[in-house]
Amino acid sequence: MTDFETVIGLEIHLELLTRSKLFCSCSTTFGREPNSNCCPVCLGLPGSLPVFNRRAIELAATAALVLNSEVQSKSRFDRKNYFYPDLPKAYQVSQYDQPLAKGGYLEFEIEGSPRRINLERVHLEEEAGKLMHAGSSILEADYSLVDYNRAGIPLLEIVTAPDLHSGSEARLFLENLRLLLLYSGVSDCKMEEGSLRCDANISLRPAGSKELGTKAEVKNMNSFRAVELALNYEERRQAAILNSGGTVYQETCHWNEETKETIPIRGKEGSSDYRYFPEPDLLPLVLDGAFINQLSANLPEQPIKRCKRFQDQYSISAEEARLLTENRELGDFFESAAIHYNQYDNLIKWVQGDLLYQLRDSGLAISGYEPEYLVELLRLLDQGTINRPVAKELLAESMKTGTDPKELVNKKNLARISGREQLLPLAEQVIADHPEAVENYRLGKDKAIAFLVGKAMALSGGRADPGELNQLFREIIRK
Amino acid sequence: MKVDFHKEVDHVARLARLWLEPDEKAQMAGQLNSILEAARKIQELDTEGVEPTSHVISLPAVMREDETKPSLPLNRVLQNAPGRKKDYFHVPRITSAD
Amino acid sequence: MKLYKKTAVELSKMLSKKEVSAVEVVRSFAERIEEVDPVLKAFITPTPAEALEMAGEVDSRRADGEKLHPLAGVPIAIKDNISTSGIRTTCSSKILHNYIPPYDATVVRLFKEIGMPLLGKTNMDEFAMGSSTENSAFFVSHNPWDPERVPGGSSGGSAVAVSSGMAPLALGSDTGGSVRQPASFCGLIGLRPTYGRVSRYGLIAFASSLDQIGPITQTAEDAALLLGVIAGYDPLDSTSLPHEVPDYYRLLNADLKGLKIGVIKENISKQFDPEVNTGVLMMVSLLEQGGAEVDEVSLPLTDYGLGAYYLIAPSEASSNLGRYDGVRYGYNAGGSCLEEMFSRTRGEGFGAEVKRRIIVGTYALSAGYYDAYYLQAMKVRTLIRRDYEQAFKQYDLILGATTPTPAFKIGEKSDDPLQMYLSDVCNINDALAGIPSLSVPSGRHSSGLPMGMQMAAPPSGEALLLKVAHFLDQQREVSSRRPQINYDEGGSCQ
Repeated sequence: MTDFETVIGLEIHLELLTRSKLFCSCSTTFGREPNSNCCPVCLGLPGSLPVFNRRAIELAATAALVLNSEVQSKSRFDRKNYFYPDLPKAYQVSQYDQPLAKGGYLEFEIEGSPRRINLERVHLEEEAGKLMHAGSSILEADYSLVDYNRAGIPLLEIVTAPDLHSGSEARLFLENLRLLLLYSGVSDCKMEEGSLRCDANISLRPAGSKELGTKAEVKNMNSFRAVELALNYEERRQAAILNSGGTVYQETCHWNEETKETIPIRGKEGSSDYRYFPEPDLLPLVLDGAFINQLSANLPEQPIKRCKRFQDQYSISAEEARLLTENRELGDFFESAAIHYNQYDNLIKWVQGDLLYQLRDSGLAISGYEPEYLVELLRLLDQGTINRPVAKELLAESMKTGTDPKELVNKKNLARISGREQLLPLAEQVIADHPEAVENYRLGKDKAIAFLVGKAMALSGGRADPGELNQLFREIIRK
Repeated sequence: MKVDFHKEVDHVARLARLWLEPDEKAQMAGQLNSILEAARKIQELDTEGVEPTSHVISLPAVMREDETKPSLPLNRVLQNAPGRKKDYFHVPRITSAD
Repeated sequence: MKLYKKTAVELSKMLSKKEVSAVEVVRSFAERIEEVDPVLKAFITPTPAEALEMAGEVDSRRADGEKLHPLAGVPIAIKDNISTSGIRTTCSSKILHNYIPPYDATVVRLFKEIGMPLLGKTNMDEFAMGSSTENSAFFVSHNPWDPERVPGGSSGGSAVAVSSGMAPLALGSDTGGSVRQPASFCGLIGLRPTYGRVSRYGLIAFASSLDQIGPITQTAEDAALLLGVIAGYDPLDSTSLPHEVPDYYRLLNADLKGLKIGVIKENISKQFDPEVNTGVLMMVSLLEQGGAEVDEVSLPLTDYGLGAYYLIAPSEASSNLGRYDGVRYGYNAGGSCLEEMFSRTRGEGFGAEVKRRIIVGTYALSAGYYDAYYLQAMKVRTLIRRDYEQAFKQYDLILGATTPTPAFKIGEKSDDPLQMYLSDVCNINDALAGIPSLSVPSGRHSSGLPMGMQMAAPPSGEALLLKVAHFLDQQREVSSRRPQINYDEGGSCQ
C-alpha cells in the first residue's frame, strides 16, 4: 500500500453584511416572503442595469485586508454565462481575471503548532436566487420553484491554495476564518442560514510527490463538521480506489448528510464553458491608496490580537482568553465590567462560571445584560453584604428580570446575616428543634454539623453565612 | 484548416440553449462560416501591445449608498410569469443537478 | 389645419400661445395614424387613450398657469425596445409578444414628467438586429416615400411615423446605425448621441457597449429640444456620463465660420451609388458657403470596423439575450423538462437573424476562440478610436454618406445576411468609437428617394452637430422633407 498525502483546497462563499443588494436597493433581509425583495435589476428584467453598492466594496476590501490579501488598485467585473432558473440574467456578474484581491493567508494553530494557509484570491460576485424542489431531491422532483429574494446579494468568494491536508485541518481553518471575518463585521457567517458556504477540492498523491492528483469537487456540506466528515470520507474513497490500482475521475460529489457519504453526480458534459467577458454595464473598480488606508485604520481588533491582549492586560489564562475571544460578546461584556472592577481573576471566574451557566440555561443573550450589574454583585459579595449562595441566586434573578442586584437585595431583604449576635438565636433555635443531630455530633458524627447548618440556613432564608454557622455550632455544642 | 461548421453550430446551439431544426442548422452553418470569414479580416491587423476597449468611457465605477428602497409588489414581480405556483416561479423538472 | 404636418417647434409655439390644445394635437396625430398606418404599419402598439389622457392633463396644467416645458403637449412615438410601464414592450419579438414591463425607462419617465403624450410603440427589427425592419416578428414597415421599399432599421417604425406625419418626433435606438440609417432612408434627422449621454436604463439591451437612444425628427431644432429632455446623468445607469447637459436649442445658430470639416476619404470614394456621393458633396459646398473650411481626411481603419462590430455586438447580444428563457416573462414553449423548455422557448421565440447573431456571438466568446475573435475585436476597437482621435485633432467635425444607397426594396437583401450587414458600413465605426453622429437629409435621389449625409464630432459634440444640421435645415424647404402620401382605396400609398 502506498503512502498517500491528501491535498485539499477550499472555495468559500460569504454573504456580505449590507442592508441592500450588490447592484440594487432591494433589502437583503433573510427570511422574508418569497419574491418580496425584488426589483427590475435583481430580477434581470429587460432593460435593467446594475449600480455598485459602496458598502459591499468596502466590506469586500476589508475582508481582503484582514486576510492579508493584496487589494488591487484596479479590478474588473466579468460576466459568467450559463443557464439555470435561479440565475435571472443567465449570467452571474463576477470577477474572473482581475479580482479585487490576490494572494493572502490565514494563520492559526493546529494542536499548538502555527499553520499558515495561503489564499489564491478574494473577489466579489452576486448571489443567485433560491431553487426549491418538489419532493426530496432535485433529480426526483416533478417541478421546482424559484424565489429571487436572494438574487443579487453581495457574495465574497475566497479561494485557498491546496494547502490543507485533512478534514480536521479544513474544519479548523473554517472555524478560524469564521471568527476572523465575524470580528471584521464583514459577514454574520451563518452556515445554517446560508450566509457562509463551502465547497472543497480534494485529491490524493503519493507522499513526497510534487504533482497534484486528480481532484474531486465536494459540495453540499452544511456545517463545518460536515466538511470534516465529507473530506474524510472522500479521502478514504479515493485511497481505496488508488490502492486497488484504479483511477480517480475528476467529478463533482454531493455530501449526503443522512447516509454520511459522498455521491458522485452526473454533471454537464465536460467542463463548463462560461464564456467570460468584461461586464460592459459596469466601469472598472478603482480603489486608491487613500481608500485602503482609511479601511486599514478602521479595522476592528482581530481575534488573535484580542486573545493575546486579554492575557496580557487582565492576567487571565490562555484558555480563559480563548473563551472570551471565541464568544465575542462575552469578551465585550468582560471588558466593560473590567473597567469598573479590577479583580480580574474573580471576575473571570464568575463570567466563565455562573454567568455563562445562566446564559446557557436560560437562553438569554449576553448583550441584554448590564456589565455594571455583575460588578455590583461582586462588590456586594466582597463587602460581605451577601453570601456566596445568595450571590448565585441573585445573579440568576438579576439576569432574568434585568434588575440591579442592589435593588433585589433590598427588596427581598437578602442581606447577609452574620456575626455571633445575629446568628446565636438561629443556632439555638435549631439546636432546640433537632436534639438528635446534636447528640449525633457529640457521638462523633461530624456530618451532623452540616445538617444543623443546613437547617439554620433554611431558617435564615439563606442569608446566614454557612462558614460562620459551622464554627458557631461546633462551639456551642462543645460547651 | 477547414472547419466543420455543422459540428460547431451543434455545439454552440447547445451552449446557447437554442433549439434548431435540421434545415436551420444547415443554413446557419454556411452563414456562420461567411460571417466569420468577414470578421476574420480583423486578424490582419497587428494588435501587439494594444489595450482592448471594454468601455469607451474612461471614468471609474459609480457607487451607490447602502440604503434600501421599496421593492416591487409581489403581483408585479409575478405578473408576466408564464409558470406560477403561489408566490413562486414554477419551472419543470430539472434533469441535471447544479 | 393639418396639425400632423407641423414640426415639434411649430406645435410648441401654437400650444404655448394657446392657439390649439394638446388634446387637439393628439387627436390630429391619432387620426393620421388611423388613416395611414394600416398601409405603412409603423406601430406595434398605438396608445391613443394614454396619449389623450396625458394631453388633457397638460391642457389643465397650462390653464392653471403653470410654466411648462416647450415640448409639453407635443406627442412622441417610441421604439418598442424602450420599456413603458403597463404598456406592452415587445422588441418586435415573439419571445416578448406579451411582456408588460412593471417600470418605465428613464427616458420615458423624463418625457412623461414634461407632459409629452405617448402615441405608441413602433416597429423595429427584432431586438434591434437588422437594417430594414424586415426582421420584425410581426410585420414589415413600409417606407412612406415608396411603400415597396424598406424604411431602414432597426428603428424603422419610428422613422416611418415621423416621415408620414403619424408623430412629430420619435425616439429610436442606435447600436450600429439604427437611428441614422432609417432617418436617412426616410429623409429625416437622426442623432446617435455620445455613448453615455442618454440613459440606457429601460432600453432593452442588444449590445451594451454600443446601444444609445436617439431622436428621429424632421428638423435639427426638434432634435435639439428632444435631446435636451432625454440627455443627462442617470444614477440608475453606471455608464451614463456625469457631464452637464448644454441647452442644445439655445445654442443653435448658423455661424459656421472657421469650422474645420473633414470629408472622410473612405466614405466617399467607395462603390457607393454615385448620386449619394454627389449629394454629400452638395451639402459640403453649402457648408463652405456658410464659412466652413473643408478638407479631406482619412480614417485608415474604416474597413476593419465591420469585422470588429460583427464580433463585438453579437457577443454582447448573446449574453444579453440569455435571460429570455421562459421562466420569468415572455413566451414559453412548454416542455417536459427544463432543458427542453429552455431550448424550445428560445428556438421558437427568436427569429432567424437573432438566432444567427446569438450563434456568432456565443462562438466568438467560447473557449478557444475568445482571443482570436472577441479579444482581437476589442483591440481593433481601440485602434479605430485612435483613428478618430487623430482626425479630431485637425477637424472639428468629419462627414460622409450615411448609407451607400437609398432605401432598397423589401425582400431585396433579406436572404443574404452578409449583404445586409454591408449596408451598415458607414455607421458602424462611429458607434465603436462612442462618438456622437448625426444624419441629415442630403437631397433627393433621381428615384425620388431621400439620401443622407452623416456627420460625426468628438465626444459630447452634440451641440456642434445640431448647429451644423440647423444651418443646413435653413438652406432648404422644410416642407420638402415630407413625402406626398395619397391614401387611395386600394390600400396603397402613392
